[in-house]
Amino acid sequence: MAHKTQRWTRKHLLGLEHLSADEIRIVLDTANSFKEVSTRSVKKVPALRGHVVVNVFFEDSTRTRTSFGLAAQRLSADVIDFSEKGSSVSKGETLIDTARNIEAMGIDIIVLRHPAAGAADLLSRSVKCSVVNAGDGAHEHPTQGLLDLYTIRERFGKIEGLKVAIVGDIVNSRVARSNLWGLTKLGAEVILVGPPTLLPRSFETMGARVVHNFEEVIGEVDVINMLRVQFERIKSSQFPSVREFTHLFGLTSERMQRCKKDVFVMHPGPMNRGIEISSQIADGPHSGILTQVTNGLAVRMAALYLVSHVSS
Amino acid sequence: MRTQYDQSDIERVIDQLAEKVAGAFAPGQTLNIVGIRTRGEILAERLTQMLRRRGFTRIGRGVLDITFYRDDLSQAGPKPVVRPTQIEVDIDACPLLLVDDVVFTGRSIRAALDALMDFGRPSVIRLAVLADRGGRELPIQADFVGLALKDVPADHRINVRFREIDEKDEIVVEPRQP
Repeated sequence: MAHKTQRWTRKHLLGLEHLSADEIRIVLDTANSFKEVSTRSVKKVPALRGHVVVNVFFEDSTRTRTSFGLAAQRLSADVIDFSEKGSSVSKGETLIDTARNIEAMGIDIIVLRHPAAGAADLLSRSVKCSVVNAGDGAHEHPTQGLLDLYTIRERFGKIEGLKVAIVGDIVNSRVARSNLWGLTKLGAEVILVGPPTLLPRSFETMGARVVHNFEEVIGEVDVINMLRVQFERIKSSQFPSVREFTHLFGLTSERMQRCKKDVFVMHPGPMNRGIEISSQIADGPHSGILTQVTNGLAVRMAALYLVSHVSS
Repeated sequence: MRTQYDQSDIERVIDQLAEKVAGAFAPGQTLNIVGIRTRGEILAERLTQMLRRRGFTRIGRGVLDITFYRDDLSQAGPKPVVRPTQIEVDIDACPLLLVDDVVFTGRSIRAALDALMDFGRPSVIRLAVLADRGGRELPIQADFVGLALKDVPADHRINVRFREIDEKDEIVVEPRQP
């Protein structure tokens, strides 16, 4: 591959907004090497032997948390799980104090999920260890963005020139933002689709095409990334009814018939089956949803490996 | 000390190396040949072709990237790009020839041996190198050596170049780039 001279120098992975196209390619290429590790009979390499990775999650998570935990174990790191519930956070300890105390036990990498945008960035400036953002509010979810890029590249052999629709609850979505940054840097055209209440025009300044009518673009896109409607974050005024949303923006079998024949359907999970995506599509031949999860492991191994031991 | 070897020298050295390897294994038996990226991979491919001409018909091939197994990963610094390891053959219970361009401290070979053990249990592992410059830091020796260059000064490198990726074939002993 053509990035021999390019080297990774970042101690933290906080988002895709500030990564260069080359840096993104380094992560994807490194993930490619880690994907091979998962096919071996011994699915483990000693790259992070003697390191400690702590998952610090202030929000619920299935995929991301498990995936980071397994990724760290496959790199031979020791893994600690920290969750807000049952911790001293409920006694009023701040994020920074919590993190510094965990770090004082000899931690090398903190994987942080937090409901506040910018939490990972703040943390990275307050601790000496590496910080990997596993989702901060509606801001970024870089490893999800990277695994989506990886999955698209694996499927099409390239990213440049593809048309990618990201559909649904855009305004609340960190996945949409990370995807948007990454895809545009690698030369894809991003079309954001959703109702005006969940997709403000301001996204145009981030380089996306903003469309409020799914039908307008459905026949021209190569990839459809359906986002979860985040009911826990939505105010009622933004969202009149589930039925109306499904009718206008849900990916149904009927709507699929107007897509390109080889359209690739993605979803970051967890899915609201029957709301933004129908079960026939989610489990059908166009779906890459479980491939995304498989690739997520390799991408997270790459992220942990790359940020480890980079001096600040 | 000679510091320059050209294409015809390299062809001769690899041919002699193939001759030594051929004498140590039975042509009718399975032999897996695994090269260490990047130039060990190319040397392994050339040796494979020469061994096939010498009647070795059952050669399995593989490529090893040893980055994840290196013992200097923990030293801070930017990360080089890793490429996938490709060992699709079953390496259990057959002889395996490990191939690298230059053996020096022996640490790359140590990493490669660790990586191979994660793939299976070869009956024997032998090591072939184009050049041996001495300076071992581990108890590891090559079984088949093309050139023995034991007097290379510490501040010099042995740069092996192969036409597949470097435009031409040559071995040059030159001062380390700063």
